[in-house]
Amino acid sequence: MARHRGRGMAAINYPIGMNLGGDPSQALVHSNPSGKFTVALSSIDLGQGMKSVTRQICAETLGVPVEDVYVDTADSDTGPHCMGSFASRGTHRVGNAVMAAAKEARGVMMEAAAEELEVNASDLETDGRGNIHVKGAPHRSISVKDVAIAAQFRQGKTISGRGIFLVPLSDVDPETGEMSPATCYAHACLVAEVEVDDETGEVGVIRMDSAYELGRALNPRLVEQQLVGGAWMGMSHALYETTEPYYPDPKQGPRDFVEYLMPGPGDICPHDIAVLERPAPDGPFGGKGPGEMCANPVLPAIANAIFNAVGVRIDELPITPEKVLRAIKAQGGARPQTRR
Amino acid sequence: MAKTPLQFRHNGRDVALFVDGGTNLLVVLREMLGDVTPKFGCGQGGCGACTVLIDGEAHLSCLTLAEAVEGRAVETLDGIKTGPNLHPLQRAFAEGFAAQCGYCTPGMLMAAKALLDRNPQPSREQVVEAISGNICRCTGYEPIINAVLAAASSRASA
Repeated sequence: MARHRGRGMAAINYPIGMNLGGDPSQALVHSNPSGKFTVALSSIDLGQGMKSVTRQICAETLGVPVEDVYVDTADSDTGPHCMGSFASRGTHRVGNAVMAAAKEARGVMMEAAAEELEVNASDLETDGRGNIHVKGAPHRSISVKDVAIAAQFRQGKTISGRGIFLVPLSDVDPETGEMSPATCYAHACLVAEVEVDDETGEVGVIRMDSAYELGRALNPRLVEQQLVGGAWMGMSHALYETTEPYYPDPKQGPRDFVEYLMPGPGDICPHDIAVLERPAPDGPFGGKGPGEMCANPVLPAIANAIFNAVGVRIDELPITPEKVLRAIKAQGGARPQTRR
Repeated sequence: MAKTPLQFRHNGRDVALFVDGGTNLLVVLREMLGDVTPKFGCGQGGCGACTVLIDGEAHLSCLTLAEAVEGRAVETLDGIKTGPNLHPLQRAFAEGFAAQCGYCTPGMLMAAKALLDRNPQPSREQVVEAISGNICRCTGYEPIINAVLAAASSRASA
């Protein structure tokens, strides 16, 4: 009886968003008379940081400080339409919609500023700190706040913009049925090292090393957060989580947080992540989005590592100690594979 | 149902109120005192989101009968900063990106505070042990453990 170490890897090619109906999302951007901007979305931030990223995208596009942008995701009854927060589509789809809306709003803002400064709008630029000035003549300047006040009370204009992102319809080849379901793909590779106890069937994850290519990391700390947390969810899916452990018999199923198994703080392992940035041509500032793919490679990598450790191939999730032990017994003992 | 008089210290302030028999502490804090920093997660002691300190020890307020804190000191996340200054744990959580959706954060902070108050220089294993009753579904725990350790070392060097 012994504990066996094994190493497994998996690589993934992950399409961002979906294609159904063009996978649209809409955004509206407007300023209020104080020169602060609101982004109205129906898209929901589930904790992944979509509000932060769309705020950055809007501020960058408008050319105003990020503190001057508020993202309102409150209400799908009154907000512009969004397909939803899924399929790793938030940064790419919603980000593109916000960018389009902010571009339109910026056009109005620059026109309003041009009227106040009595110059041509194309001669103006933003300084990113809340001011608009004539290119090459920073003293010919007006604050965004004063532009907003002038637009509201003198010019009778709303500084606002509309944005939508729609994936171009993909033609279907009548002969082969081939089509292009996504416009951009993210990629990842992950190596997991496990330790399998051939007496109990228990699997412990010892460490993970991964590389993720996800377009431009618009907010590197949020990307890192998603990758760290997502790998934990992948580990959980691979080894712990199920609502029907003896499907279709519902008995023994978990009823609450206490019985629904997920790895706790004592079950995690070191995870070294390399983020590679290859900007997406159609992404907002090149962003694709880490989203779901942060969990995806973990499952096959762990399954492969278990095979490498004890020679059993488990193809049903989660890979519980019971399944591992039965498989080891069925093949007459652990058969460690060669390690590469 | 008969009401029971109840007095205790809530974040350093004496409070007195009447509660129904069987009311739990979480309900008293959230609904009667308006302190919504302890979160309602599972309501049955499984998730740790409602963790508060009673006389300095971490307790699950959803499983604590309100009457059991008579005369005792209850501390919640609402009371851990000093004036405008965040508690070192709060700063470490923010700087270390130890929150995503944020729902577990108040319970994590209180469990961590209970640990650091009795053991200012815990080992990684002791941090893991201290937060093992608190469920986080976003971060994978690693950033939380690191933030607690960072808070401990920042207090040591302060």
